[in-house]
Formats: sequence, structure tokens, C-alpha cells
Amino acid sequence: MSNKIDANLVRHIGKLSRIELTDAEVDALGCQMADILEYFDKLQELDTQNVEPMAHAVELSNVLADDVQRDSLTAEQALANAPAREGDFFKVPKVLGEGA
Amino acid sequence: MVAQVCNLWLLVVGGTGLQPVAVGGTNEKIMTDNNDNVLPIIGMEIHVELATKTKIFCRCLNRFGDPPNTHTCPVCLGMPGSLPVMNKKAVEYSMKVGLALNCTIAGRTKWDRKNYYYPDLPKAYQISQYDMPLASDGYLEIPLEGDTTKKLRVLRAHLEEDAGKNVHDLPGCTGVDLNRAGVPLLEIVSQPDMNSVAEVTGYARAMQRIVRWLGVSEANMQMGHMRFEPNINLHITRDGKIYKTPIIEVKNLNSFRSLEGAVAFEIRRQYELWQDDPDGFTLEKLGKQNRGYDVDREQTVFQRDKEEAHDYRYFPDPDLMPVVVSSDWRDRVAGEIGELPLARRERFMTEYKLTFEEADSLTMDGPTGDLLDAVVEAGAEAKRCSKLLMSRGLALANEKNCTIAMTGIKAWQLADLAKMQDGGDINATAAAKIFDKMTATGDSPADIAQADGLLIVKDDSQIEKWIDDAIAANPQAVAEIAQGGKKQKKSFSFLVGQVMQASRGAAAPADVQKQLTQKLAE
Ligand SMILES: [Zn+2]
Repeated sequence: MSNKIDANLVRHIGKLSRIELTDAEVDALGCQMADILEYFDKLQELDTQNVEPMAHAVELSNVLADDVQRDSLTAEQALANAPAREGDFFKVPKVLGEGA
Repeated sequence: MVAQVCNLWLLVVGGTGLQPVAVGGTNEKIMTDNNDNVLPIIGMEIHVELATKTKIFCRCLNRFGDPPNTHTCPVCLGMPGSLPVMNKKAVEYSMKVGLALNCTIAGRTKWDRKNYYYPDLPKAYQISQYDMPLASDGYLEIPLEGDTTKKLRVLRAHLEEDAGKNVHDLPGCTGVDLNRAGVPLLEIVSQPDMNSVAEVTGYARAMQRIVRWLGVSEANMQMGHMRFEPNINLHITRDGKIYKTPIIEVKNLNSFRSLEGAVAFEIRRQYELWQDDPDGFTLEKLGKQNRGYDVDREQTVFQRDKEEAHDYRYFPDPDLMPVVVSSDWRDRVAGEIGELPLARRERFMTEYKLTFEEADSLTMDGPTGDLLDAVVEAGAEAKRCSKLLMSRGLALANEKNCTIAMTGIKAWQLADLAKMQDGGDINATAAAKIFDKMTATGDSPADIAQADGLLIVKDDSQIEKWIDDAIAANPQAVAEIAQGGKKQKKSFSFLVGQVMQASRGAAAPADVQKQLTQKLAE
């Protein structure tokens, strides 16, 4: 593992992503992430001083829709794939407190 | 100004036993008897839900109050494989707000993913704008006490999507309603330029007024269209040294009352904590913290920071293309804005010679101000119309809980009424009666005045007849006037009153007095 990616960082990212990792996976993923970063280091060597930053790989802009209503799903359809429901609500474990 | 500072002072040190000395001035600095100079430094994030017909990335209806999960589709449910498409109107509404706030509109803007897990966020990321907001570097000028204003700088305004709603009153679980998920939300971030509770509420109310004026949001607090997150700390000068208290961000306030209460409480709380530990309760040592607000106890409360809550790992959303705003597009949107409320208020004061209070009331919403412009256009006198609107118009609006324009008064009616009063055809009492009636019936003021006998009678022979009747019916009063003495004046007034009564208020008292004097002298 490179010095940029240590086991703690991999576990931290795993936690943020709600992914449980075994020690072996932490090692394997750490190496892969280090490889990716190394590749970016290589890209950093390019002179991009006169190149506009790119937000997207496709050269398109202003893909916009008019503000016109279309059909939505019914509550039944919306809830059809939910693991659990309570009336017409998606049911989740009790959330304490407000805000994210 | 001093009185206002005193009020704030009471909020700041109420109950500490210090003898406050309040000092006015533009920054509303607060001094204590032990020479602490306390300056609240307050910035604010305001979230405004935009009143587009549909959501930001899908064409589900954007509507509050419907049964749960009736306005959803694969996009706003976060189904795999679904793709968002930006609502053009949401971009234009945001541009309008940005322009009205004197911001620079970015020529090129993009959308980013803000990653976090929460039940009301089905995709596990919110689409927002990170480093290229649509609008930046503007200001909002707010009215303060005594005809003054203050420019508060706006750092940025960016467009993002609202989350769904968690419902907590279900037994043993939380319910999620995704009707609100994907409603367009404009986040407006101010610089920390506010220094008092009054400035914070002034800013919040001015923002509500401006988004309503632009027609981009109903800004209805009960429906959650506007949410406030003020961040507050104090700069305290003691013995020439400046101390800064930790910056506290109060999350998710959804009424003006909570906003006012939370900021006032924070100022007091921070000053008290700092007094106990001037070198420990500081920004350097404690940094920034979040707090919530308990509406019932009127206190800000500790809020556990979720671990890694601020590690959002923003990155550009590959599902959305950048938006390029050409100068043509920007100019077209700017052209739709028209005159803004403060500019119009200023114009009403200079051009129409209205007082601040009149001009302020008549520029609370667009249509009421339009009404005044229309009556002036129709040749009526602005000041007279303003007086009518400020008396009966405002009273009716308050009765009906609506704007003056919404009471039903038409510009031509008001113009005719003002002209009649200025022309001496009706008196003020009659004008008020006619105002109410024409608003309700839609009839012309002239017809109402005629039908209800409210026209001032200028016909001398008619007045003469009433006078003759009054003289014939009251010989004793006539005799007392002829005798002179102390009863003369009273009897004369009595006869004038009799004539006015006979005319049902339609005669001009001055005319009656003049003719009666002549008659009695004959
Ligand atoms: Zn949808």
C-alpha cells in the first residue's frame, strides 16, 4: 500500500459507503486505490495550464426539459419494491432527531 | 436606534446582574459596564423551495400536502438506470433570484454529488452545486429602523434538490414520503454581515419579499418553502484584546419566530459562556459547532454531530450536462424581472412624494404597487390614492388577510374616487364608504355616490331650501341667534347641524355656514 492510502483510510471510506470490509479486503482495496492514485499522479505530469477544466466527458451542455407535468407512479407502484412499508410510507428504522 | 440596541441588550445580558450601557451606531455595538464590547457576527444560509410546476430532475408534480408517495417516479425514487434531466424553469428562477440579489451569473455551471446516507435521500447523494454555483457575489439591501438601509453581501446562490420527508409520529418506525424528494431548492448563502437580531430577521423577511415579488416561490413558512440556518458568534473586545466565540450554526429553522428566538438565545448563551471562561470558550479552541432549536423551550440545543457528517466526497455528477448561460439568455431573464421592491419604494417616495410608511406598505407585493402606478397613469393624484389605499385598502386587506390588490379594488375605480374627492364632489367619510362598497360590488364610485346620496350638494337653491326648512322648524334657535349673547354660537351650530342632517351629509358645511349667515342677516 502506498503512503497515500493506509488501512484506516480504506476503512473510513468503507464506513462512509456503508460497506463492511474484512482485513483481507482492506489490503486488496488499499492496493487498488493506491494504483488508481498513482495513475492520477502520472496524469498530473501533463501540462494543463491552457486547458479548460472539463466537467463531463461528453461535449454537451444545456440539456434541459420544459416544466411540464408527466405521469408519476401511483403510491402502490412506488412502494412495490420497498422492503417494508407502513401504510403508504416507506418504512425505515426509527430515526432519532431531525436533519441530515 | 438606541432603543433597539437596548432591547437587544436585554436579550444579551438579561439576568446577569450587569449594568448595561447600550451604545448605538451602525454596528449596534453593545457595551457592558466592565467595558466589554460585544459585537454579534451572523451569517445565514436560506433554503428556498422554487415554485416550479414539476420537480428539478423529473416531471413529477411539485406540490405540497398530497397523500404520501403520490408524486414519484424512477428518477426521484433513485431507481438504478434512471436519468435526471434539468428543469429549465428551475434554472431560470434561480437566475432571477441571483440577478435580483445583484449577483454575477456564472457563464458556465455544473452539478455535483454530495454523498451521505439518510432515509429521505433515496440515491444516497444529493445533487447540488459545489465549486461552480449559478450565482455569486451579490448583495441584498434591507430596510432598518428610521428610513435607513444596510447592504448585506450574498456569497453565493446555488441550485440543488430537496430531500423527502421523514415522518416520526408512526409507532416504532419512521415513515418516508418522497413527494418532496427532487423539489428544486435554492440555497442562498450570505456573508457574515449581520450584527443583530433585527438585521437577521430583516434579511430573512426581505428575502421572502423578493422571492415572492419575483414569483419564484410562495415562500410559505408553514409549507416549509423557506428554511433558515444562521451561524452566530461574538467578537468581544475587553481591555483592547479581541476574543471570538465559537461559531454556532443553528440547523433547520422554519419560522421567523424560531429564527429570532434562536439568534437571540445564542447571543446571550455565548456571552455568558465566554464570561465564565474568556480564554477557553473561543473559536480557536472549540471551532464550529451545530445546534438545533427547541421551539417549546425557546432554546438552542446540543446536536450530536454525526461522525464524518461533513465528509461528503463531492464529485461532478456524470448524469447531468453543464449549463451554459449565454448573455442573451441572461438578459432575457433579467428583462422579465422589472422593478424590484426597494427601487420601487424609493421611486414612490421621490416621484409620488409618499412617506416611507406609505411607500413601504404599497410595495409589499407587486400588484398593489402596480395599482398605484395605474391610477396615476389614469390621471389621479398619487398622494390622494395612497391615502385611500392606506386607510380603507389596508383595513380591508387586514380583514380579509390578503394584499391590498387582492381586495378587489380596480385601478379605474380608485382613480375616479380620488378625482371625485379632490374635485370636492364627496367628502372623506363618503369616500371611505364608497371605497368599501365599490370593492365589494365592482360598481363605479359615481354610481354609488349618486345612489346613496353621498355627493356633496353644490346646488345653492337646494341648500337654501334646507336652510329655510331648518329656520321654519326652529324659531327658538333663530330667536336666540337674533338676541346675541352666550347662546348665539350654540344655536347657530345647531341650525347648521339640522341642515347637514337634512342633506344626509351631502352638503359642504362651509357652504351651509355661509348661506345660513346670509339668510339670518336678511
Ligand atoms: Zn419523479
